[in-house]
Amino acid sequence: MAIRTYIEAIREGMRDEMRRDPRVIVLGEDVGVKGGVFKATDGLHAEFGEMRVIDTPLAESAIVGVAIGAAINGLRPIAEIQFQDFILPAVDQIISEAAKIRYRSNNGFSVPMVVRAPFGGGVHGALYHSQSLEAMFCHIPGLKVVVPSTPQDAKGLLRAAIRDPDPVLFFEHKRCYRLIRGEVPDGEYTVPLGCAEVRREGRDIAVFTYGLMTHFCMEAAESLARDGFACEVVDLRSLRPLDRAAIVASARKCGKVLCVQEANLAVSVMSEVAAIVAEDCFEYLDAPVRRLGGPEVPGVPFSPPLEEAYMLNTTKIEAALRELAAY
Amino acid sequence: MAVMRPETSPGSDLDAELLLTMYRHMVRARVLDERMWVLNRQGRAPFVISCQGHEAAQVGMAMALRPGYDWIAPYYRDLALTLVLGMTPRDHLLALLARAADPNSGGRQMPAHYGYRPLNIITGGSPVATQVLHAAGAALASRVRGEDAVAYTSLGEGSTSEGDFHEGLNFAAVHQLPLICVVENNGFAISVPWSKQGHTKDVADRALGYGMPGVIVDGLDPVASYHAMTEAVARARRGEGPTLIEAKVARLTPHSSDDDDRPYKTREAVAEEKAQDCVLRFRRVLEQRGVLSPGDAEEVRAQCMREVDRAQEEAENSPLPSPESLHLHVYGDQ
Repeated sequence: MAIRTYIEAIREGMRDEMRRDPRVIVLGEDVGVKGGVFKATDGLHAEFGEMRVIDTPLAESAIVGVAIGAAINGLRPIAEIQFQDFILPAVDQIISEAAKIRYRSNNGFSVPMVVRAPFGGGVHGALYHSQSLEAMFCHIPGLKVVVPSTPQDAKGLLRAAIRDPDPVLFFEHKRCYRLIRGEVPDGEYTVPLGCAEVRREGRDIAVFTYGLMTHFCMEAAESLARDGFACEVVDLRSLRPLDRAAIVASARKCGKVLCVQEANLAVSVMSEVAAIVAEDCFEYLDAPVRRLGGPEVPGVPFSPPLEEAYMLNTTKIEAALRELAAY
Repeated sequence: MAVMRPETSPGSDLDAELLLTMYRHMVRARVLDERMWVLNRQGRAPFVISCQGHEAAQVGMAMALRPGYDWIAPYYRDLALTLVLGMTPRDHLLALLARAADPNSGGRQMPAHYGYRPLNIITGGSPVATQVLHAAGAALASRVRGEDAVAYTSLGEGSTSEGDFHEGLNFAAVHQLPLICVVENNGFAISVPWSKQGHTKDVADRALGYGMPGVIVDGLDPVASYHAMTEAVARARRGEGPTLIEAKVARLTPHSSDDDDRPYKTREAVAEEKAQDCVLRFRRVLEQRGVLSPGDAEEVRAQCMREVDRAQEEAENSPLPSPESLHLHVYGDQ
């Protein structure tokens, strides 16, 4: 086992798959000589050359649309969108095209493509470098949506996403890039899509979360443990498909549920998680399902007090857990 | 770099057999297209969108491609193109009637949303111009593998207003991809004329902004279309980058079976286009040259009618998809 940062694990995941499979290419803005604005593709251009690591024009629809065409013609493209906030010009290609190509061709064509994009706040990125837009993609059949929270998952899930036969949106929390370090197994491994991971076992409150919030939830759970409350923290990892069985098992076991996400709550991932709990765990619940998420404002403001007020943190999550514990 | 307007005298330098093949393809597409309208007006097919007036351009272009090797990202008017490449009237009538055996989509998409894996005809959706990027991507993949396959894409002149047209051509030019983009300019995007889409005289003028050759051809002449395409394909195969071809065509029908063109197109303009009908025009050229003898044209048409009759019967007798199949093929690993 080696210790890696989250972004190192992502870079190694791409590098190892590119070594293993000549069909894998990377394309996006600044991914070539510069190695990406976050350095996620650092070194790939030098190792694999400009035929496989492609600096594209500054045009997101082209990045995804070209990746779709290349995937149809036998490659395994990894398209990098520099910030998830800028994915919107490519949404027609993602939703109208990539998501529907297998279905609309009656299995004649498929799009084995990964779209990587950093998301999330807490980095002074303001409205257009901080958003968490994953929910809009989770609504779409034909897409898969993945958000890793640890280096081990980042590498293993990315490798699984690259090998997946369908389009996968791989959203990386940019605050995790250098903040989160952890052990990464040696050798070739993958982490299957569609499986949640219990990060911490408990019997009192089931906490469902993903991304950076997983780490905040773990800290909050640690704090409650000192007072004798055992929280079970479930890292969803895969937002579409959701691991329904894992959600139901933890909710039934604990009887109380807190859903935590950075994004605002209206029509979000945690709307779906709460609905699953309501449908399948009603008789097991000892309290109403609680959700904690971002405020209903259009984006994360720049000024520090505003950004801090927007973002969840360990203290806010701990308060919600204590309230639920007391119910 | 300037926009090219190649001079051609129709049928001048091609051998008789090739010219005759072109003519047969044009008539076959026309007969099939007319049959689809009949089925629509009889209430047996809910929707038709037509290639009438585009046959010459499409047949000429398609005959310059390598079916099953080159990559094709067509648009909804490319009935004649897909027929030349190897799809059949039966395939298209199965789609028109939404049958399970429709090879484009199994009856899932509206008619004229072409897609056929064995011929590298990439499935298309309804948003326009998105396919330009898919063609660029397919061209990129061929080049990564060191193959000399080219990618062909087509769209109407109205769709060139879309961002994906710009992004696709720019991408292909920057990376010098083997892409040929054909704009079938029939003057109207449903009801909106070119003057309200772009402020250049010709669509091909836009090629200059991308640093690629722009070619304007008489799309009512299959030979001119064939020559322009042959040249663009050769350039692409040699690694000399993309070409934008504008084929000036006519739309001899309203936009679709749901459109009425009377509010936006004068009857005089319609009559003028019909007088220039590319199928009739090419027939006259071939008759003048002696390639078609008296009676040949009727025989060609009769053969096509028989084929379309058979295809219609087969399609009508083919089963509809089962409701249970609704859930199939959302994901590959389901």
